[in-house]
Amino acid sequence: MNIDGVTNGIVIDHIAAGRSMEIYHYLKLEKLDSCVAIIKNVRSTKYGKKDIIKIDEIIDVDLDVLGYLDPHITVNIVRDGKVMKKMNLEPPRELKNILKCKNPRCITTTEQEIDQIFRLVNEETCSYRCVYCEALAKGGD
Amino acid sequence: MRHFIDIADLTKEEIEGLITLAEDIMRHPDGYAQICRGKKLATLFFEPSTRTRLSFEAAMLDLGGAVLGFSQADSSSVAKGESVSDTIRTVCYYADIIAIRHPKEGAPLLASQRSSVPVINAGDGGHNHPTQTLADLLTIHREKGRLGNLTIGLCGDLKFGRTVHSLITAMSCYEGVKFILISPEELRLPGYVRHGVLAGKNVEWVETRDLECALPELDILYMTRVQKERFFNEADYIRLKDSFILDQDKLKNTKPDLSILHPLPRVNEISVKVDDDPRACYFKQVEYGKFIRMALIMMLLEVQK
Repeated sequence: MNIDGVTNGIVIDHIAAGRSMEIYHYLKLEKLDSCVAIIKNVRSTKYGKKDIIKIDEIIDVDLDVLGYLDPHITVNIVRDGKVMKKMNLEPPRELKNILKCKNPRCITTTEQEIDQIFRLVNEETCSYRCVYCEALAKGGD
Repeated sequence: MRHFIDIADLTKEEIEGLITLAEDIMRHPDGYAQICRGKKLATLFFEPSTRTRLSFEAAMLDLGGAVLGFSQADSSSVAKGESVSDTIRTVCYYADIIAIRHPKEGAPLLASQRSSVPVINAGDGGHNHPTQTLADLLTIHREKGRLGNLTIGLCGDLKFGRTVHSLITAMSCYEGVKFILISPEELRLPGYVRHGVLAGKNVEWVETRDLECALPELDILYMTRVQKERFFNEADYIRLKDSFILDQDKLKNTKPDLSILHPLPRVNEISVKVDDDPRACYFKQVEYGKFIRMALIMMLLEVQK
């Protein structure tokens, strides 16, 4: 199967196989007018199978969201057909307004306009806790 | 300006400094009787309390300060739907320091983010109750003369028992402390304390369902109430409420210098016949609670003798 290369845009590579649609929605790519390709189950020497998203436009990608969803992802910025920048991600220390606390006893469930803040507590498991009630939110869940 | 939201907000040295100050206040109360003159403490209690609120108010009055506030959410604008943020922004204009109790976990942290005066967490849901922990630490220090090298049994509701979580955090800083966690399966210590605090500090701990087997080993027994207000389902509360009852029979095989603590209020978990036993320390905890809160208020208001 052939898909055109990106001339000026972004390639999100090494997405765990099957998770590209989730990332597509988290990054709100459905709102873009430009060409977006989702390639699933690509053969990978490193991971066996992977997904790739190609975006034919240079946009601001929320690296915190990607780092939280899957820290193995790499983001390539392409200009004039060449990879100008390759970014390896890591789980962000803090997530602001990306997750919502599910603990019904947490103050965030009743207080209006409070930021939902989660802090990384375990890098290996990519685990986050709500700063207010310490309820656990697992990375990638 | 500092707040006191979590016991971890204080270093081990600062906690020991508060204990020393509280003991000095106990010995020389007259020397502190006017030290907070002209200062006001607001007690914002969105949830019922006897000891904690009165203890804070007595503490401020004994320091020569004044108190204002409310003792239930119904008697404040919260009943009209006012947020915690707006309540705090308002109270800052009237008081020099705030003590807040709220049923929602994290409410005192939010209050501290919105406040221009020091905020003290006087209990947030089943999460934390750090000033009770200061009272517990002062009690242990006065009863045992040390905070390290102790085997501490924590019994009852370890899931929602906020005083248990704060006490474990504080005591796990000391050498030679071992915890025996005694609870029904449904009320086990939450994972964030087991893995985040106990495992992180490499503290020795075991879990059991058997109070009587654990008793002979203990230097401290910390009993807790199964809290009706933390259950969404009353049937679960009824099934678990009498899981552990301490009576004179069970106390036959303990160390003679065992200290029995309880943050109070109690319901059935300690028989009233135990109250006169010299090992019972829970009413001394109430007394010490006022003195350690006096020390804390002085520290946060940066008032010195």
